[in-house]
Amino acid sequence: MATLKELSKVEERFVGGHRLCAGCGHGITVRMILNAAEGSNVVVGCATGCLEVASTIYPYTAWKCSFIHNAFENAGATISGVEAAYKALKKKGKVNGDFKFIAFGGDGGTYDIGLQSLSGAMERGHNIVYVCLDNEAYMNTGIQRSSATPTGADTTTSPAGKVIPGKQQPRKDLTAIMAAHNIPYVAQTAINNWQDVHKKAKKALEVEGPAFINVLSPCPRGWRYNTPDIVEITKLAVETRFWPLFEVENGKWKLNYKPKKYVPIEEFLKPQGRFRHLFKPGNEHLIKAIQEEVDSRWLALLERCGETPELPPR
Amino acid sequence: MKTKVALTGNEAVAQAMKQINPDVVAAYPITPQTEIVQIFSSFVANGEVDTEFVAVESEHSAMSAAIGAAAGGARAMTATSSQGLALMFEVVYIAASLRLPIVFPVVNRALSGPINIHCDHSDAMGLRDSGVIQLFSENAQEAYDNMIQAVRIAEHPDVRLPVMVNMDGFITSHAMDVLEVIDDETVKNFVGTYVPEDYLLDAQNPISMGNFDMYDFYFEHKRQQVEAMKAAKEVIKEVGKEFAKISGREYGLIESYKLDDADVALVVLNSAAGTAKGVADELRAKGIKAGVLKPRVYRPFPQEEIREALKGVKAVAVLDRAETFSTCGGPMFADIRNTLYDLKNDIKVVNYIYGLGGRDLRLEHVQQVFEDLENIRKTGRVDETVKYLGLRE
Amino acid sequence: MTPYNPFNRNFGSGTRTKAVRPDMKWHELTRAGNIYEPGNANTYETGDWRSIRPVWNKERCIHCLFCWRYCPDASVIAKDGKFETFDYKHCKGCGICAKVCPVNAIDMVPEDEIEKVKEANKDEN
Ligand SMILES: Cc1ncc(C[n+]2csc(CCOP(=O)(O)OP(=O)(O)O)c2C)c(N)n1
Ligand code: SF4
Ligand code: SF4
Ligand code: SF4
Ligand SMILES: [Mg+2]
Repeated sequence: MATLKELSKVEERFVGGHRLCAGCGHGITVRMILNAAEGSNVVVGCATGCLEVASTIYPYTAWKCSFIHNAFENAGATISGVEAAYKALKKKGKVNGDFKFIAFGGDGGTYDIGLQSLSGAMERGHNIVYVCLDNEAYMNTGIQRSSATPTGADTTTSPAGKVIPGKQQPRKDLTAIMAAHNIPYVAQTAINNWQDVHKKAKKALEVEGPAFINVLSPCPRGWRYNTPDIVEITKLAVETRFWPLFEVENGKWKLNYKPKKYVPIEEFLKPQGRFRHLFKPGNEHLIKAIQEEVDSRWLALLERCGETPELPPR
Repeated sequence: MKTKVALTGNEAVAQAMKQINPDVVAAYPITPQTEIVQIFSSFVANGEVDTEFVAVESEHSAMSAAIGAAAGGARAMTATSSQGLALMFEVVYIAASLRLPIVFPVVNRALSGPINIHCDHSDAMGLRDSGVIQLFSENAQEAYDNMIQAVRIAEHPDVRLPVMVNMDGFITSHAMDVLEVIDDETVKNFVGTYVPEDYLLDAQNPISMGNFDMYDFYFEHKRQQVEAMKAAKEVIKEVGKEFAKISGREYGLIESYKLDDADVALVVLNSAAGTAKGVADELRAKGIKAGVLKPRVYRPFPQEEIREALKGVKAVAVLDRAETFSTCGGPMFADIRNTLYDLKNDIKVVNYIYGLGGRDLRLEHVQQVFEDLENIRKTGRVDETVKYLGLRE
Repeated sequence: MTPYNPFNRNFGSGTRTKAVRPDMKWHELTRAGNIYEPGNANTYETGDWRSIRPVWNKERCIHCLFCWRYCPDASVIAKDGKFETFDYKHCKGCGICAKVCPVNAIDMVPEDEIEKVKEANKDEN
């Protein structure tokens, strides 16, 4: 595993001067992924969303590699087209050098509107890496719920109202859906654990065929936590088992990190404005339900990973 | 070398695609285009082309992947019909704005709903303002010829735009026709190799494409597209002339049929032009000076050429195989009337909507139209501007 | 009449790219809005978004580079594997670097205080 000392010498390919909000998780995630692609020529494809509108405001681009944005729901198809072009032109000796293909999409562009395009690209077996920047809502259009939005979250289309306390549905398990595509590499990671992100990005880039990585990439504006606390908040997502770190390599599930203690979900929810209403007296049952959801998902994951499905004592 | 063969329109288009041998084809099946995808897949499976075939999961992805491929620097194609084109709508605009020379046949079919699989032009007309070049083909021969020329038009440095090659669903796509195909080598030399200017797969010169364009630049970039469309008119004519050298068939922006001394004329796209020409011949034999104008290029709109061709005519009927629901007639009607307005010589222009959902256009219908035009010419009176042909009313 | 100027939006305090200027006419702009200068966003300065700035404490720094790893704006500049400086032209003052620093070697200082110190120093000279 490379050290930060070494990694800091790699050329920066997502430069300052982009217009993401101060403290946006996407800036961190993209820098980590491109850093792991050190030394390779890269074409980045990007779905519409905060990352795209903030990084390529004409005539400025924050990308030091080739970049293409097409539309919101088609990053998967677009990057597969570029990859097909590469294959065709490579055969004819018309491309110099080797290329890697990375697509970035938000949770909206990946879990929801772009799911079909992504699924198609993965099933067809293109040699691409698709990275979902999951900030659990449509941030670019002003914090609307997506199928990645957690139960209970207050968003502008699942507002915490007098009758309905935020989003009523559990999150879609996209990472498992991608694993069900039987592609060579699928992983879930979070930026608090940079080594984990780095390792997974490396593996995804090296593997022959499609790879998918789901990265928890917090949005301070939509989540309403104290901006500097991004690593802490992400860490709490992992420690409370809300966002487990795992990978599926050639069909084999593996848990990459097992929290030692039982950290209740409140710890993750409390610092975030989007969950504030859950802490009003009389709403204890809502938090309890969220905890149950987290626990049952965790147990199911342990089973898939061949671990004993049990929780540490509370 | 030229060979006469019997092929359906779909087979002819697939044959052209094989001879063009594009780097990437991304396509999805839909009636009546399906055969093109199937036949082309078999070319790929049998190693008859070098193409990377991307069997996408939808037409939206077909055009999206074609965009990715073309942006990558490849010669890319797709093909579709009707609902498929409608699903692509969003990305067709993007292909045009990114200035990517994607050639794509569209086998014209009515748009749902109600669902229907037969010919009309509502699919193509829905994208007339998307910024793509639209060529129309009367028969399999023209579809084949248009495909080959489309590559040169699309890739011309002054143009760099997608080209949609239209032919009528079933009528042309499925009917066996005798046509002349050119040998592989000649086609290969004619289309040449694609030399992209702006592309992603250039390790030395990374590029950002599809960037966020605000009110301070978007307008200018749209104006650039207009310029490319203007340039396309000249390029289409040049390519048409060059194509004549290898095929003996010359193509321009429009086909004027017996218009020089015509009193009455009919304007119509695609296969119906054949029927119209036949009727015009009959009428000529009876002493009626009838003519037909068939726009080969609908976008960019050949306004000057059409004005020139129709300037001596007294009454014109525009036949539209699509509705606009404006209640003021079909799409081409608006364009033609607008075109003739500046002549200020009181040409009467009327509109007929015909053939929606595959309804046959019969000889009697066309005869009726010419008869109406003759009446208008004689009386100088138009009773009804927009009429329907072959509708039960 | 004053000519119509659509460029009423902040174009950034950085220098314009050589290729494209906001007063260019349609035929002078790059085709399709393509951008040929990779990473030219670094000529667009976002430093003026900042209300607090990270200040490095050389004595305390152990050069772990967590700050480099976690800066969303690539505004921690490392050299030869060590902390070198902040890029104040782009740093947005999010405070993440200060938070992840294990030895509190980064202080977040309000910009107006920095201004006051500058003013004070000026008076002394
Ligand atoms: C077809 C289409 N529908 C809707 C939109 C509007 N839109 C743009 S970005 C966006 C949300 C992006 O959310 P996500 O993918 O989660 O990315 P984020 O901004 O949160 O990083 C929406 C709804 C669009 N551009 N295109
Ligand atoms: S709204 Fe959220 S996701 Fe979008 S740029 Fe701001 S912090 Fe990032
Ligand atoms: S995080 Fe702190 S100790 Fe580590 S390099 Fe940055 S300033 Fe130095
Ligand atoms: S304050 Fe934020 S933007 Fe500035 S250097 Fe620190 S982490 Fe980067
Ligand atoms: Mg999102």
